Amino acid sequence: MPPTVALTVTRYRPERESEPTRQTYEIPYRKDWVVLDALNHVKDNLDGSLSFRWSCRMGVCGSCGMKVNGTPKLTCATFLSDYMPGPIRVEPLDYFPVVRDLVVDLTDFMRKLKQVKPWIIRKEEKAPAEGEYLQTPDQLDTYKQFSMCINCMLCYSACPIYGLEPSFIGPAAIALAQRYNMDSRDEGKAERLKILSEHDGIWQCTFVGECTKVCPKHVDPAGAIQQYKLTSATDWVKSLLLPWGTR
Amino acid sequence: MDLCTCDVLVVGGGGAGLRAAIAVAETHPKLRVAVISKVYPMRSHTVSAEGGAAAAIKAEDSLDAHAYDTISGGDWLSDQDAVEAFVREAPEEMLRLEHWGCPWTREPDGHIAVRPFGGMKIERTWFAADKTGFHLLHTLFQTTLKYDAIQRYDEWFVTKLLVEDGRCQGVVAIELTTGNIQAITAKALILCTGGCGKVFPFTTNANIKNGDGMALAYRAGAPLKDMEFVQYHPTGLPFTGILITEAARSEGGWLLNKDGYRYLQDYDLGKPTPKPVLRSMELGPRDRLSQCFVKEQEKGRTLEGPYGHYVHLDIRHLGEKLIDTKLPFVRELCLKYVGIDPVKEMIPVRPVVHYMMGGIHTDIHGATPLPGLYAAGEAACVSINGANRLGSNSLTEILVFGARAGQAAAGFAAEQPGASPALAAQAQDEYRRLEESFLRKSGGKERIATLRADMHQIMEESAGIYRTELVLKEAAGKLKRLQERFQDLSLDDNSYTFNTELTAALELSYMLDVGQSIIQSALERRESRGSHQRADYPQRDDERFLAHSLAYRAADGAPRIEYGPVTITRWPPGKRVYGR
Amino acid sequence: MSIEPPYTLYHPRWYRRRVSVWWWLQKRSYTGFVLRELTSVFVAFFAMVYLWQLHALTQGPEAYGQFLARLRTPLFLALDTIAFLFVLFHAITWFNLTPKAMVVRLRGKRVPDWVIVGLNYAAWLALSGVVAFMLLRGR
Repeated sequence: MPPTVALTVTRYRPERESEPTRQTYEIPYRKDWVVLDALNHVKDNLDGSLSFRWSCRMGVCGSCGMKVNGTPKLTCATFLSDYMPGPIRVEPLDYFPVVRDLVVDLTDFMRKLKQVKPWIIRKEEKAPAEGEYLQTPDQLDTYKQFSMCINCMLCYSACPIYGLEPSFIGPAAIALAQRYNMDSRDEGKAERLKILSEHDGIWQCTFVGECTKVCPKHVDPAGAIQQYKLTSATDWVKSLLLPWGTR
Repeated sequence: MDLCTCDVLVVGGGGAGLRAAIAVAETHPKLRVAVISKVYPMRSHTVSAEGGAAAAIKAEDSLDAHAYDTISGGDWLSDQDAVEAFVREAPEEMLRLEHWGCPWTREPDGHIAVRPFGGMKIERTWFAADKTGFHLLHTLFQTTLKYDAIQRYDEWFVTKLLVEDGRCQGVVAIELTTGNIQAITAKALILCTGGCGKVFPFTTNANIKNGDGMALAYRAGAPLKDMEFVQYHPTGLPFTGILITEAARSEGGWLLNKDGYRYLQDYDLGKPTPKPVLRSMELGPRDRLSQCFVKEQEKGRTLEGPYGHYVHLDIRHLGEKLIDTKLPFVRELCLKYVGIDPVKEMIPVRPVVHYMMGGIHTDIHGATPLPGLYAAGEAACVSINGANRLGSNSLTEILVFGARAGQAAAGFAAEQPGASPALAAQAQDEYRRLEESFLRKSGGKERIATLRADMHQIMEESAGIYRTELVLKEAAGKLKRLQERFQDLSLDDNSYTFNTELTAALELSYMLDVGQSIIQSALERRESRGSHQRADYPQRDDERFLAHSLAYRAADGAPRIEYGPVTITRWPPGKRVYGR
Repeated sequence: MSIEPPYTLYHPRWYRRRVSVWWWLQKRSYTGFVLRELTSVFVAFFAMVYLWQLHALTQGPEAYGQFLARLRTPLFLALDTIAFLFVLFHAITWFNLTPKAMVVRLRGKRVPDWVIVGLNYAAWLALSGVVAFMLLRGR
């Protein structure tokens, strides 16, 4: 008998239930399977009604974020072998409304993403025909880490502040704002500061640090937020002392 | 705002779709443009592209050189007027992306760096480490947020194109979160739904690449062009099929057989050198490299593992520093999915399905023969890639033709009247079909997974790297039977809320249509050209087959193949020479 | 142009879980975080003691003597010890997290985190050494 493992999955069918329930499936264990392979096995062979998001299965699209044994993870990059002998518990991400089974609603994040103005803001744009804006490898290095975010939302699911105060803009959005602030081609720091220094912006963050811990791409959103706090505080002091000299 | 109508509707939120939407918003700011996608745009498969995007910018490079490399790479099946437009507009499009914030890797002096790539004589591939597609897509997506005119329908699944008065006037789509089935009318439609790699079992492609747009256009009467040309990427990981970028070879990686021998030198691809030479050995075109693998396998010189045959990709000699700077994602993927560190060990690789050169037939402005219907990106076939695509041309293609299709569709839409009232009846019919065939159906004994596995087996056997007449003929019959079995499908899930079994069933139906067009086109092209290799017709036949195959849907649903001319301007057909 | 189905579509209700009041006990790192935040109470406590000390100084040697006697009572010693441990925790977690907020770039390259942390600890030790020397020299 090939080895098997128990997979306990959250189910939620709003047309029949008012609360999520749990369902356990016995699935074959394979050394190179990831949790996503197990979920697909369930969907293909045991229960076609299990709904979950997935796409690239290589950890770059960000669709398959779910909680595995209580920790937010990308199920396409989480191996069954790390959880043997099981049982393995798969739940939808925390702090987002659950639409169905393992699918959560992300419209809150999509709105916040737009709010932080994640695009290059310049007073004067060059025409493409005039060539590229020069940027040295060191300049690229200053923001590169923050540009690696795949929008998987694991950080939101790990942030207790977001759970307690859903109006908090959140780690990924602020990290993305910082990515543009630090881009040498961008001139929109002041505009973004106006939005992010509000109550639900960077000052809601109390540096719990869980977001950085769960980030699968090592973006370090906690670091981005603290750096932002430091620069925005120093900018404010500068504007007090030298009101005419600020950029 | 009225949710259900717009002026230009872009189906698909990947690189081509988002670029097209921006093009509409910039050239015709008064038009309402909407992007409808079955996933959030940043999940589109553009995100997985790794290697780079080609545009001629170096002083010693020229547009003609880029054009010649592309045309010869495509084995002269590329439409040369389209290629000329493509290479001409490529540098500006790429610079525009840079201005929008794309973090291209730079030279120490701050200028954009380029790297060599397969099939190209001169270095012209721009790159962002080895996550070019990811950075490109996120830059494009974040830039679209700037335009309030661009409305998005995220996680809406399109099931049918609405055609009335001889033009395409919109779609019927399911809002996945609520199950609400709705018609969205538009004055022009741009299909940017990507390729169809999931028709095959081993592919680098994501789960969402099911040829949706291709099947939708095919069913609406537009022809699919050159569907027999399926690109096998020479270096994919066994089992998962995850892509190991061509950049690993362009930085100097070697392909070794089981004896540690660089076997490509036996196949007229040049002589092995310590540093990579362009258009030679491991930097040859993808179709030739994949074919060499099959030949090595026949000679018994490949290694065998639990997931089939493979060879080794050796990048150890590149050193840890270079790998961490230029190939960090490759290292990450190998560590994670194979459990090996490419700095110290060789990577097991094999050819996997990667790209579809064929697609919806369009002209150089992205217009299909059906008025109001446009297409761009991998879903379309202009054709610039001909019989084989060169690496790094695709990311540039989505920008250039996404912009062209956007502009053309906007120009068309600006002159159209509003939606025809007969559309409501069509939409109602579609709603009934979805209810009766899937959601409210009783009985049926076929399961999606079984049908899909059968389809995969048929496609793998018959439309592999080498094809033969008899196997293709049998495959056509088998696929027809699969289509019939599909009518007997039963679903476990009949809910309206985020029903992914329903979407999987619809995607399977798209894939069956696309699979049939691939098999039929491959059957009737009795020659070998580029990535379509016939074991029974091993030579290229320019007299009979220097033409595009066009697959039309006949009344019984099977494909009917016609042929259309290839546009030749300045490069008459010649021999494809690599390594010399 | 929406299609009206022949029956009422079920409006999906999105399930929102309540965050428990005891959320901070569910994970070790959350508990550590809350304790770290609580250290601010003990920092405030030390600040109060210091103000009290200053006030006692201004009142003359007798008042100051009373103040010192109070500090030696077992209750106060216990309180002081607990507060000291918390403040130590505060200092260590603060130093360890400094490089996240303070990114120093030297000649274009980022100074590694351990350098920043190390410099902080070194400065702390040096200052503590100076203070201890000044205090103990006087005996």
